[in-house]
Amino acid sequence: MVSVRSDGYLPGTVTKSVKILVVGSFGVGKTTLIGAVSEISPLRTEEIVTQVSEGVDDLAGVDDKRTTTVAMDFGRITLDDTLALYLFGTPGQRRFWDLWEGLAEGAAGVLVLVDTRPGRLEASFEVFDQLEIGTELPFVVAVNHFPDTVPHSADELRTALDLLPDTPVLDCDARDRGSALAALTTLVQYAVDTSATGPADAPQHLPVSQEMVS
Amino acid sequence: MTPPDDRSREYRDSALRPYVLTKGRARPSRNTISVDTLLIATDPAPPLPISAGRQERALLAMCRGLLSLVEVAARLELPVSVVRVLASDLVDSGHLTARAGSPRSAQLPRELLQEVLNGLRAL
Ligand SMILES: Nc1nc2c(ncn2[C@@H]2O[C@H](COP(=O)(O)OP(=O)(O)OP(=O)(O)O)[C@@H](O)[C@H]2O)c(=O)[nH]1
Ligand SMILES: [Mg+2]
Repeated sequence: MVSVRSDGYLPGTVTKSVKILVVGSFGVGKTTLIGAVSEISPLRTEEIVTQVSEGVDDLAGVDDKRTTTVAMDFGRITLDDTLALYLFGTPGQRRFWDLWEGLAEGAAGVLVLVDTRPGRLEASFEVFDQLEIGTELPFVVAVNHFPDTVPHSADELRTALDLLPDTPVLDCDARDRGSALAALTTLVQYAVDTSATGPADAPQHLPVSQEMVS
Repeated sequence: MTPPDDRSREYRDSALRPYVLTKGRARPSRNTISVDTLLIATDPAPPLPISAGRQERALLAMCRGLLSLVEVAARLELPVSVVRVLASDLVDSGHLTARAGSPRSAQLPRELLQEVLNGLRAL
């Protein structure tokens, strides 16, 4: 494990960075999960996006780009001497899609947090709409468990969320570092597996299945 | 649905700031700096022109060590887009060195994903 400098700077040997998006509806646990795994105190920053007009056409002839600033969380894990992983937490609501698309470009994948409690699952639907329409990124679904979360099987959830049969669905506790890391590991394993069958120039051998040690 | 906590409200007054700070430009001169692009002051650093603003000086001082664009923005308490523009100029002028952030490709190279996986497993 790479030790973290007290001033928060990365080791000078780091040359590459990779990002993962953590998305989900309001209050689902995005900030909590990033804070649980980040080596730097979780940070918030703002990004400027063009405001999504809600069904109203912009006034013709007005050369006024409407921008708004939205907050995003991020965290960092230095994975080895040359590689840093960044996690970005973004809300799933439609009005944040601009921000999301900017972040999604070049990302390794998306961890989708869902809250399956009655009345909460519906808020995740637009997140999945966006994943299907806006990106081709690999994603896995992590059910964040709250005290009153009723357990559902992965298949029940795939049906409820209209997911493909091979989309990984797992349980997680966003407050727990090990649990959050396991979710990220599942995502990256899935990204590796699907990349093998992706572009024509990729090696076509089957990935060796590796049991996760928790 | 009403969001329980609309934090974007905190920043409502800042929409004009970027255009002032970046002298009217909303876009970086080069489109290569992403949120996770790593930045570090060039060593030895050429002196900044006397015309350089406070934000440029603060950015360069912050980059005495290696940080991503988004970390620099958070530490300077400036929007990412603003710091992106300032950083692009400082890269162009040779004051700042950028190391590749996420590639702008649809899918990451498999070897890179495997390295991430190995790194996560080793934590
Ligand atoms: N019991 C339990 N509570 C959790 C868990 N994860 C988050 N919480 C709590 O749920 C609340 C919301 O968590 P956040 O991490 O702020 O959620 P968020 O997705 O970042 O929320 P927004 O940024 O407002 O959209 C907080 O009070 C957390 O302490 C979990 O795994 N279990
Ligand atoms: Mg949050």
